[in-house]
Amino acid sequence: MAYVRLENVTKKFGAVTAVDRLTIGIEKGECFSMLGPSGCGKTTTLRMVAGFEDIDDGEIHVGERLLSSRRRNYYLPPEKRGFGMVFQAFAVWPHLSVHENVAFPLRVRKLPAAEIDRRTRVALEHTNLLASARKSPEDLSGGGKQRVALARALALNPDVMLLDEPLSSLDPHLREEMRFEIKDLQRTFGFSILYVTHDQSEAMAISDRILVMDRGVVQQVDTPLNVYQKPANRFVFGFIGLSNFLEVNLSGGEARLNGADARLPVSTPPLPAEVKAGGRAVLASRPSEIDFVAEGGVRGVVKRCAYLGEVIDYRVDVGGQEIRIQKGRRTAGPREGEPCGFVFLKPHWYGAEE
Amino acid sequence: MGRGSGGGGVGIAGVMLSLSVGILVVVVAVPVLIIFFNALWVAGRFNVADMVKVLSEPDTYRALLNSLFIASGVTLMSTLIGTFFAWLVTRTDLPLKATMKVLFLVPFMLPSFIGALAWKMLLSPRAGYINRFFMDVLGFDGPVFDIYSFAGIMGVETMYLFPFVFIQVCGALERMDPTLEESARISGASLFTITRKITIPLVMPSILSGALLIMLYSMAHFGTVAVLGIETGIFNIPTLIYEKIHQSAGSFKSIRTGTVLATVLVVTAAVIMYIQSKVLSRGRYQIIAGKSFRPLEIKLRGLRVPILCLCIGYIAFTILLPSITIFLVGGLKTYGLPFTSENLTLANYKYILFDWKLTRDAIWNSLSLGLAAALITMFAGVMISYVIVKMKVRGKGILEFLGMLPFSVPGSVIALGVILTWSGKYGINIYNTVWIILVAYIARYMAFSLKANSAALEQVHDSLVEAARASGATMGQALRDILLPLVRPGMLAAFFLIFLPALRELTVSVLLYGPTTRTIGVAIYTLNEDGETVYSAALAGVALLIIVTGQTIIGRFTRAVK
Repeated sequence: MAYVRLENVTKKFGAVTAVDRLTIGIEKGECFSMLGPSGCGKTTTLRMVAGFEDIDDGEIHVGERLLSSRRRNYYLPPEKRGFGMVFQAFAVWPHLSVHENVAFPLRVRKLPAAEIDRRTRVALEHTNLLASARKSPEDLSGGGKQRVALARALALNPDVMLLDEPLSSLDPHLREEMRFEIKDLQRTFGFSILYVTHDQSEAMAISDRILVMDRGVVQQVDTPLNVYQKPANRFVFGFIGLSNFLEVNLSGGEARLNGADARLPVSTPPLPAEVKAGGRAVLASRPSEIDFVAEGGVRGVVKRCAYLGEVIDYRVDVGGQEIRIQKGRRTAGPREGEPCGFVFLKPHWYGAEE
Repeated sequence: MGRGSGGGGVGIAGVMLSLSVGILVVVVAVPVLIIFFNALWVAGRFNVADMVKVLSEPDTYRALLNSLFIASGVTLMSTLIGTFFAWLVTRTDLPLKATMKVLFLVPFMLPSFIGALAWKMLLSPRAGYINRFFMDVLGFDGPVFDIYSFAGIMGVETMYLFPFVFIQVCGALERMDPTLEESARISGASLFTITRKITIPLVMPSILSGALLIMLYSMAHFGTVAVLGIETGIFNIPTLIYEKIHQSAGSFKSIRTGTVLATVLVVTAAVIMYIQSKVLSRGRYQIIAGKSFRPLEIKLRGLRVPILCLCIGYIAFTILLPSITIFLVGGLKTYGLPFTSENLTLANYKYILFDWKLTRDAIWNSLSLGLAAALITMFAGVMISYVIVKMKVRGKGILEFLGMLPFSVPGSVIALGVILTWSGKYGINIYNTVWIILVAYIARYMAFSLKANSAALEQVHDSLVEAARASGATMGQALRDILLPLVRPGMLAAFFLIFLPALRELTVSVLLYGPTTRTIGVAIYTLNEDGETVYSAALAGVALLIIVTGQTIIGRFTRAVK
């Protein structure tokens, strides 16, 4: 059985259903991310686990413990849940020193002084803050402040760590560094992570599994690789990575891009039957999963090409539809204004939008 | 662009700079300097010993101690009350929070000397209605409370000053990043521990800065002490200055005592301002953050309704009761009669509004003075703020200092300085005319205008004016067509910030008024002194109506502008 369990969890704000019958399980020691556009319900879900929001339906358990249950009318306040939590805006207390920030959770539990000192030291050591212990967090950089927040969350040695966009306030290069630090801490201490982010590359890099959410509803729960390679639906395909969505005309068992002559292969992968029945379809493809070909393929004209360092970004016009293609800079490709041909390596089929 | 228009720009800048310096020097700096000069130079020589001698006279240092004592008590009580109410409306599930928040700001509208007047009618030891009720009806031996005491003065000032702390702390609590408290909660702290260890320490700078504001205000406050203290000989610095100037008809000795007291007041105020700026610069934590959920709310449970009743009771007791008393007493045929329908009449109101020249003059004087001061100060303020905020000229540091000066110069000091400067000694004598009051109002309210206008100007990015100039506008055109329209909300704010307080002004006018130049505040105060309690109350009632109406119109109007 999973360690953190949400069963049928629902949250409403007035008439808006922020989270709709969410059921997920997070294993012990797993890093589980919730990804989605803003307002999708991921932060609300995290805050329900933390206890800052009560639930309108369902139950939340951690291990043997019940945290919230509408049916049994039970709600454990956040201060009794014993989780570590890190917030986007650091939320370190400017009137306390770094040491006192980290010692706070231990002090409110009235542990013996020696114990407080020892555990604070351990947390500071693992976050490389020992040298700054006497400083005010105000004197630290953004990364330093976030490490204080991490150390404070670690101090209790919690088995579940709740991270609410912890890296969004940091510079991009610092973000990557901190990802690894969080991962290392997880390996050392073995806690489960519930991680909220809107940054897909962050979620991909750090997670064992990713939950993609939209408008309060789960879209897919899977490993990072599967979410990218086998997106469950059009929303997930579009939300993760770069994508082309192209209109396709189906007639007489043949598929053609709107405005193009070339037939598209419809056997790998096969067109789903319910899409076929509609007469129109959408072909989804990553820009990097399209190859130029000298002969055959779909023909178009290169409108623009932009050098993005390692890759070249082409915009190809096919009968009024724009197709984005990305190729490594070492691969020879057409120039701006030239006609070209291309084939889709891994197309995905979705039903046309009404 | 031709050289001509460039030169024109420099010309306008130069004119603005010299005008700004000129206005601030003449209106603000000279009066204050003349006070210092009078206090420290005796017979053409620098003489601190003589100043010390004046200060060691019993009534002088007693007034000094009283000022400090009253201000400390008022500050302490207002801070506790203001912080508590602010916490209630921002961090608990008190019912009707939004309404209560507005109600707690109402005391700002009520001039405290009118409040003092009402409390005198209610709680003066022998004649006060409440005391009489207890003695005559319930058979008490003596009065339940004597308003002519330090406790009375402090209580009344607290009632009308606590919003300074309330508004500051409310703002800080509302802007505070809720995750600061949430992270304490997830760390295991109870709501009580969070309030004690996290919330209060984090808003402490705001609490302190509100407290210092009250201290500053109370030290220099004239009205309440004048109404309630003089009976039993309780003087503070401003009332003693008034007493000296008023009774000795401008003798050299009394003027000197006045200037020494004023100097002490300015120095104290400067120290308070200095501490406040230190508190603000060092202690103002960066506790504001982007994404915010609802802040923590402490459930009052069974206490919800009792605490709401307490709040409503407080408002009723401090606002409603005194206001009603003022209107009722204003309608009495003779002061002291019980409030029965045969004793009440509208004749008093009719008399002071239409028949009595003294009160009609006072209303007219206050309206025209307020309007003139607000207009002049608004325009001067926008120009000076422009020079301070936008122009890169040498000497603007001095301007900034001069602009800040009025913040720390109490009203009675300004009045005294204006008397010394404008009563003929330096060639111009406008003593006993409305002009001297106008000059003093401009000096007193310049700081308000500078604050509002600087805030508005800082929001207008330099590139907007530069873009106008790049499009071919001269400096003058750019200012007129681009800058002025953009800072208009700030100018309007400045206008109202000055017009309303000027209508009810007492501290400055009471030192400057002549036989025909009473203001509303002065008229209310002197009528009360002369025992014309009923007319004084009626005029106070009219003043309250004007203030409330003005405030309401302005509230509507500024909302519409935004």
